[in-house]
Amino acid sequence: MKRIIPMWIAIIGGFAMMLSSFVPLAESAGEMFADVFNVVAAIAFVLGAGSLAKQHLEKLSRRDAGWGYSIITLGSFLITLFIGLLKIGIHPNPSFPQAAYSGSNDAEGSAWSWIYEYMITPLTSTMFALLAFFVASAAFRAFRAKNTEAILLLVTAFIVLLGRTFAGVVLTGWFPDWASGLRLENLSIYVMQVFNTAGNRAIMIGIALGVAATGLRILFGIDRSWLGGGDA
Amino acid sequence: MSGGNVNSTNASARPWFERLDRVDRRWIFLLMFLAVSGPILWIGVTGKTLPEAPTLAARAVFQEINQLPARSLVLISFDYDPASAGELQPMATSLVRQCAAKNLRMVFIALWPLGSQVAQQTIQDVIRDDYPALKEGDDFVNMGYQAGNEAVMKLLLTDFAKAFPKDSRGEATSNIPILKDVKMVSQFPLLISVSAGYPGSKEWVQYVISAYNEKMNFVTGCTGVSAPQLYPYFPQQIAGLLGAIKGAAEYESMVNESLAVDGVATAPKYLQAQRRMGPQLVAHLLMVGLIIVGNVIFFARKRRGAA
Amino acid sequence: MTRQAKTWLIIGAVFVALIVVRGMIGQGLGRVYVKRTDVTVTLPDAAAAGAPSASANESINVSPSAASTQVTGAPSSGTTSATSASTISWQEWKQVPPLEFIAAQKANPAQTEIALSWPRTIGLWLAAFFTLAIFSFLYADNPFYKIAESLVVGVSAAYWGVIGFWDTLVPKMFGALTPGLVKSLVQPSLVAPERLQQISMVFALILGVMMLWRLLPRGGWISAWPLAFIVGVTAGLKIVSHVESDLMAQAAATMKPLVVSVTDASGATNMWDSWWASVANVLLVTGVICCLTYFFFSVEHKGVVGGAARVGIWYLMITFGASFGFTVMGRIALLAARVEFLFDDWLWLIDPNHFRGL
Repeated sequence: MKRIIPMWIAIIGGFAMMLSSFVPLAESAGEMFADVFNVVAAIAFVLGAGSLAKQHLEKLSRRDAGWGYSIITLGSFLITLFIGLLKIGIHPNPSFPQAAYSGSNDAEGSAWSWIYEYMITPLTSTMFALLAFFVASAAFRAFRAKNTEAILLLVTAFIVLLGRTFAGVVLTGWFPDWASGLRLENLSIYVMQVFNTAGNRAIMIGIALGVAATGLRILFGIDRSWLGGGDA
Repeated sequence: MSGGNVNSTNASARPWFERLDRVDRRWIFLLMFLAVSGPILWIGVTGKTLPEAPTLAARAVFQEINQLPARSLVLISFDYDPASAGELQPMATSLVRQCAAKNLRMVFIALWPLGSQVAQQTIQDVIRDDYPALKEGDDFVNMGYQAGNEAVMKLLLTDFAKAFPKDSRGEATSNIPILKDVKMVSQFPLLISVSAGYPGSKEWVQYVISAYNEKMNFVTGCTGVSAPQLYPYFPQQIAGLLGAIKGAAEYESMVNESLAVDGVATAPKYLQAQRRMGPQLVAHLLMVGLIIVGNVIFFARKRRGAA
Repeated sequence: MTRQAKTWLIIGAVFVALIVVRGMIGQGLGRVYVKRTDVTVTLPDAAAAGAPSASANESINVSPSAASTQVTGAPSSGTTSATSASTISWQEWKQVPPLEFIAAQKANPAQTEIALSWPRTIGLWLAAFFTLAIFSFLYADNPFYKIAESLVVGVSAAYWGVIGFWDTLVPKMFGALTPGLVKSLVQPSLVAPERLQQISMVFALILGVMMLWRLLPRGGWISAWPLAFIVGVTAGLKIVSHVESDLMAQAAATMKPLVVSVTDASGATNMWDSWWASVANVLLVTGVICCLTYFFFSVEHKGVVGGAARVGIWYLMITFGASFGFTVMGRIALLAARVEFLFDDWLWLIDPNHFRGL
């Protein structure tokens, strides 16, 4: 029971989506399933938020190492949730003043926008920016021309790094027209449109075949590993 | 870190390449910070930017928008959040600016939860500030975010209003003048995605453009991480491609040139990408230098080992 | 005191000293100014009189104006207020460059239209603190970084949850299941839902509740049903799209002529361009075939197949090299944006946007 019903849900959902691409009659079924999927995806956000709260509450109750940081996580989580769900500081939309919650959370000057501007933006973007430092350190320590393959990788990286900045123009811009194809900026385009395209295209074709094979195995009920263990 | 607990006597006895190899990585971090901050200060003070020569992929983006007749509908998807705004915001700004200047009707959507807010900010910075004659609902509309990733795209193929039932102001889609005659996504002659990953440019190609390749054109601006993976789609499925900040700078320079007015300097907010190419240049040179030094150490050690 | 703590103390002291010095030079640093706009909205007749007026009052009580967070520094109140039985008014505050404040002060020192925003100024300093806290990880892991990290997790999770609720669940699910409530409280323009949509949203609600069951200690298997729905629908969507765009279309795009003739504007063949275009096509076709050969493990990689596979590896290495170059480019751009924030918005060391007229 615990495995058969989910398996059939997956089969029906999957075939409905597949057929909706080819059979006009199945189009509305595909539309309905997609609509339900979108709502379930939004509920998944709620599940994600709930899981996070649960995990940190458990950590807090067990007094695990670093439980103090769980208080910060939970506190910021609850405050953001409170401000966002109740639309704190949001006045109604001037077009619909009679509806108390018609205003958008995104209104400039709102508490929600404050969180976006002064918390989400600096925190997430600096987290991403941090990688610039680590990639520099990794390049210094790990990028060694040990064999032909590594040399190819290195040379390509050089061409792209120099060719996609003004350095390429300075270094090779003086090449005569008949050798313009060897200018770094042109070489970097050539690398991207020929070698990179060939490599990535082959990877894409491989992935597409893999996705199709795995998808069909799921839809025909051959692959049930995603259901996990338990009795059938 | 690596150099922190090295005995000083032993350290001085080591050959130069060993000492260089064990250099504390925080020195490399500092070099990177200086490589980026130096040019920012210099460009910030002098206001000078480096010249750009647009590549074929960037020219194609400009051309695709430029060739559309006035009042054409354009669907612009903001598939990124503030974490990637450093790379993508200059592209988004220039794309919206060119569309606004061409008097195209813009419909903004977002497949990333924070994309709607980024779109709102771009609308404010470009349309409301510089094209105040454009009216929300008639000339542009922000439909906000919808959850579901590919399933939203799937829904857009057959029923736009079902995928996006209201705009960010709370107006029902059926009441919005700009969308009055829009039933499905194929009615947009041009789709633009500014994308930081999943869901984004790749998924638009897979789920929408593949289905409507003849009816719709697609141009995209994407992060450096995802650009190489999108090249196989260019130019058959993606008509124009802006890869990373370099693509943004090339495109920005084209838009600025096309909208230049004699005697009037381009507003500084439209030079963001070109300004960012300064730190890019120095940091790239640093990266190349670090790789070369790393290899000099490698070969010196190899030679010593062989001897 | 440990060596690390001492280093931190010195770095911190030098930094604070530099900021204090910076604050005393020129126009100072790190301030945000806002401009006030008064908004007055007339309530519909029905709302002004009788039953629906409850919602109008609620809008005043439940939703204190956004401007209320901005009143400090401005003498007049920014909260929403009912000016008469049929109108409500509030104040909105739009951020303006410091240059506008300076100009307004020059014209009329008593003006209150443009004022310093304390909440946003504090926010700006907090944003700078968060930026530095995360950068501090480069020196060593430390409590400031951990605090910032904890905040990212907490705020992001709630942020996504709230957006999912207001943008998708309210208009789609609650709009279909409780249209009256959504119409009166959130979206008066809501279109009456069709019966089929209501049925599908009942399914969505059931699946959603089953999914949330995962949070309970018992009956975790119940969440396998919505998971099955997600897996099935995703598989159905992906099979078609991947085969169409990443297999068929890519195979078609690789079927290129190996000899290309490029003509110039006058119609004459350009030998060099033709040569390079032909070479590009040959290299592209060869590359795709060789890479696919490398991925093909049903035949032993020996002889011709082995040679092709080796060439395939070379192509893949070039591909990875290009990806590395582009990744570096992307990360540096993000770093540049953060440094710009510190130097421009916070420290006012540079003024690329001419916000302060430097």
